[in-house]
Amino acid sequence: MRTRTKNLLLLAGVVILAAFPLLLVNGDFGGADDAAAKAIDTLDPSYKRWFLPLVQPPAETESMLFALQAAIGAGFIGYAIGWFKGRRSRRENP
Amino acid sequence: MNIRKNVYRSFSIRTLLLISGFTLYFVLNEPQTAHAMHIMEGFLPLGWAIFWWAVFVPFFASGLRSLRTITKEAPELKIMLGLAAAFTFVLSALKIPSVTGSSSHPTGTGLGAVMFGPLPMSVLGSIVLLFQALLLAHGGLTTLGANAFSMAIAGPIVGYSVYRWLAKTTGKQKLAIFTAAALADLSTYVVTSFQLALAFPAEHGGVMASFVKFGSIFAITQIPLAISEGLLTILIWNWMQAYSPEELSVLQRRMKGVE
Repeated sequence: MRTRTKNLLLLAGVVILAAFPLLLVNGDFGGADDAAAKAIDTLDPSYKRWFLPLVQPPAETESMLFALQAAIGAGFIGYAIGWFKGRRSRRENP
Repeated sequence: MNIRKNVYRSFSIRTLLLISGFTLYFVLNEPQTAHAMHIMEGFLPLGWAIFWWAVFVPFFASGLRSLRTITKEAPELKIMLGLAAAFTFVLSALKIPSVTGSSSHPTGTGLGAVMFGPLPMSVLGSIVLLFQALLLAHGGLTTLGANAFSMAIAGPIVGYSVYRWLAKTTGKQKLAIFTAAALADLSTYVVTSFQLALAFPAEHGGVMASFVKFGSIFAITQIPLAISEGLLTILIWNWMQAYSPEELSVLQRRMKGVE
């Protein structure tokens, strides 16, 4: 198997793993944290949150910031790919 | 010319004011619960919050030291450090639906742990956590010590140990990397469950009963994501082998990990 085929199979695996629950499991797919907060409430009903986040972005802004976080990371990975590729091509045809 | 400059300046000041006004409006408007997969802000009792911070700080300090050593002794590895950090940034921004009907995100710390050992990841991982705590109401500042311990310290230590052991016993590098990344991810959430259980022991069954309860929330959700993380880590590793064999061999000499 060529590396490209292998890589495509790896990606397909990731996509299937993510899509499978969406198609087969009924849930609202909220964050695991809300479930944890509920669990804390049942374990210790008297517990009060003693500190709130400094910034609470609205849902849309939050998704924007998550996209930004992914973009920063992906941007750097893309930069590194280009850097390595350029170095290699300089070596092969100086 | 001057007139034009002035027009520009007043225009840009107006724009800035407008933008900052909107920002303030959004910040103050309608707070709502964010979906985090770490321990949320204010959900650890003060004593535990301080305890985990105290555990975290020494690791962070030695992480900084090891980063300085790496960049001084092998500056050509800087881009690899950047890659490890970037990979963590991307992966922990992806909220993936899971079999339990809730979502969570991978950690991306396994890659850096395999390349550099667990110490540098204590810094790179906490940068991501700080970003999320400050801007996204995801995780938190009071719980940063605990969250950094699970994601940036415990996860990478598990990943690195698994990698060293499997690479030695089986000689199959890809298998070792896959397993290391998957277990670094999974152990992060096992540790999170344990931290919450210690802070909130159940009336019947104590810490263990709570651990099972939190574990079923975090760890089970994480299993398919851990597999995804393993696959993605192999993907980026394949690519690095193709394009940056020199850096990988420098890493090999330094870490004696990459067989």
